[in-house]
Amino acid sequence: MLSRVASHIYWLGRYLERAENYARFIDVNFNLMQDLPVDLKEQWQPLVAATGDWELFQTLYSDYGKNQILYFLAFDSENPNSMLSSIMKSRENARIIRENLSKETWEKVNELYYMMLEGKDKKIWKKADPRYFFERIKNQILLIYGIADNSVARVEGWYFRQLGQFLERADKTSRILDVKYHILLPSGQDVGTPLDFLHWMALLKSVTGFNTYRRVYGTIDPSNVVEFLVLNKYFPRSIYYCLKEAEYCLHHISGNLDGGFKNPAEKSVGELRSRLEFAEVSDIIGFGLHEYLDNLQIKLNNLSDLIDSTYFRLRDNFISQTNDQ
Amino acid sequence: MKIEGYNASEHYDEMFTNIGEIRPHYEEFFQSLKKIPIRKMNHLQFSANQTQRAMGMTFNVYHDNQGLEKILHLDIIPRIIPNDEWLKLEAGLKQRTYALNLFLQDIYNDRKILKDGIVPEDLILGSKDYLKPCIGLTPPKGIWCHITGTDLIKNKDGEYYILEDNLRCPSGVSYMLESREIIKRAYPNIFNQKGIRPVSDYPAKLLKMLQHLSNKSKPVVGVLTPGIYNSAYYEHSYLALQMGVELVNGVDLIVEDKKVYMQTTRGLEQIDVLYRRIDDAFLDPLTFRSDSMLGIPGIFEAYKAGNVALANAPGTGVADDKAVYAYVPKIIKYYLGEDPILNNVPTYLCREEKDKQYVLDHIEELVVKETNAAGGYGMLIGPKATKEEHSKFRDLIKSNPTNYIAQPTLSLSTVPSLTEEGVMGRHVDLRPYILYGNEIEVIPGALTRVALKKGSLVVNSSQGGGSKDTWVLYN
Repeated sequence: MLSRVASHIYWLGRYLERAENYARFIDVNFNLMQDLPVDLKEQWQPLVAATGDWELFQTLYSDYGKNQILYFLAFDSENPNSMLSSIMKSRENARIIRENLSKETWEKVNELYYMMLEGKDKKIWKKADPRYFFERIKNQILLIYGIADNSVARVEGWYFRQLGQFLERADKTSRILDVKYHILLPSGQDVGTPLDFLHWMALLKSVTGFNTYRRVYGTIDPSNVVEFLVLNKYFPRSIYYCLKEAEYCLHHISGNLDGGFKNPAEKSVGELRSRLEFAEVSDIIGFGLHEYLDNLQIKLNNLSDLIDSTYFRLRDNFISQTNDQ
Repeated sequence: MKIEGYNASEHYDEMFTNIGEIRPHYEEFFQSLKKIPIRKMNHLQFSANQTQRAMGMTFNVYHDNQGLEKILHLDIIPRIIPNDEWLKLEAGLKQRTYALNLFLQDIYNDRKILKDGIVPEDLILGSKDYLKPCIGLTPPKGIWCHITGTDLIKNKDGEYYILEDNLRCPSGVSYMLESREIIKRAYPNIFNQKGIRPVSDYPAKLLKMLQHLSNKSKPVVGVLTPGIYNSAYYEHSYLALQMGVELVNGVDLIVEDKKVYMQTTRGLEQIDVLYRRIDDAFLDPLTFRSDSMLGIPGIFEAYKAGNVALANAPGTGVADDKAVYAYVPKIIKYYLGEDPILNNVPTYLCREEKDKQYVLDHIEELVVKETNAAGGYGMLIGPKATKEEHSKFRDLIKSNPTNYIAQPTLSLSTVPSLTEEGVMGRHVDLRPYILYGNEIEVIPGALTRVALKKGSLVVNSSQGGGSKDTWVLYN
């Protein structure tokens, strides 16, 4: 596969997943708002804080209301990570490598883009309950995954898209979990109160993990939720699971099925995955959840850089090698 | 037997005769068309537009700030060509392609036709499209023009005339293929009954032709595109997808030891045949334009060494120049000893004193074209132009006569099209596609371009034209 094509497929996977997760972020808050006691003020800033774009937001807006935040997260093309930006970029990546996609996949990605534009046209962020819109976007992306799942051959291209998808998801699950850190409880004494539990439940629901969590742990307990979302071996949105999948993809791309590592990317993902595999939730809480997640996000970025230099920057390597001679 | 308001008498209409009778090859379709209320037609048109958008069937417009992607309007009323007409076209196009290919081989090698004074030497050797690096070169299998998209029109006399031989990787074939799919969905029943020759195997034929250019048993083929901002990017990716080959950019390729390699995730892989959609001048910055960012340094040397085949071969542009066009009947006679089967439009070459004077005197009746411009740019339609434009072109011709030719205004035939005023006749041209591999094959279909504005003769997509599906009947 052409290096350039592999890179576009990888980013297609990442941007689609990013858009889907933003739809989920927004859903967390709506879920939450509905369950809050009437005297509590809605909190929208934590959403932006968790995406890591708080500084950008402050340069663009002076008001922190629901409308501004929704617009910023979903429709603002000045926000490079907004749903619209991600969807535009995933379409652009898909357009460049259209000959490598099935006709259905391309058409659904194209449709997704027009759905998003239509939403911007209809000023969805001003609607009292825009959840149906984000639900549609999420479903459209899930449809694209479904089509791929049932029609794409499990060869290189498939693994590059999966790789992008799972690395993005690992990052986004860590950020969804981090939303909880940024949501302020009225006071320190509210830790462990029904309000606190409401937050945790909203979080689980946003990753479609509530029922699975219930079956595994029964009652809501913060450290169990953390364990579930970071370390669970079977839940497909837990960070550990995503890293295990990413590792699997990398090994199938290189053909190294005997363990160990063949390149820096494989080494990095292997290290990160084993660290989680042998971690206990008490280690994480002891370290500080927010700090732990922050650290993890940095490591995920490094891993993405290594994938880039291993597979996508072949020309640079080639040219620097010939120059050395 | 009339469509209200449909006026066909001024020009040759392909559905009605000048006394308003239905031509036999339209009879059946006309009966079906009559049963479809105009509201349903408009709805079919609407769905076709939606489908095109969903498919991302777009082209990019140069010099246009209104967003990059546009849809080429597809008129949902097809154009029908009867088999006997087609057979003549087919024979004529094969003859022409064969002769032009011999001409190219000759002018880059022995130059017999120039020495024999059939075609003026300075016209060829002085042309900016005559590529000196190609002198003495014979491309793989001796084929220069692998893919041709000849433009024709049907004149008032009901005869086809060649307008242009497009030998430089003509575009539009993806519209021929995709339009057919859309139109099939619009009239599913008619397709079963009518006996329409299929075009869907074009990508397979194209691939076979490209593979033929290499001596390897399993050559690696690629489509070389200038990239996503090229107006025909959709077509490049569509053809790569349909053939199941790589779509490559210049940056994906590297030349080592006169061999061309693709950079893949598993290292370098040699590529044997490139269907290149990059202009000659941009192919190789070492041989041609040194400022080309799209090209691949060293690819021309690899081509000369026979390690990569390029379709079309570099250097074909010299033969589809509008001045050379005037000599094509002589070229056919010279190499094949045959009379041309298809008509050329009478052409006045301003490079010749007598012709120039005639053009200057009759400019308001003529169409004046720059010998080397494409896409309807640099053109004057005498009868429709203003006095100022006439004198502007007179000055242009006087200052650089070799750059201009002129032809009588032709009357383009009309075919029924769906317009805001209902079904009306609109002017069309015809671009069939010809592949030259093991043998020469004319694809039984075409891109029909239609001037959707009432009375307009300009069919170019860059100037507001649309397209039509073109049905060639079995009999």
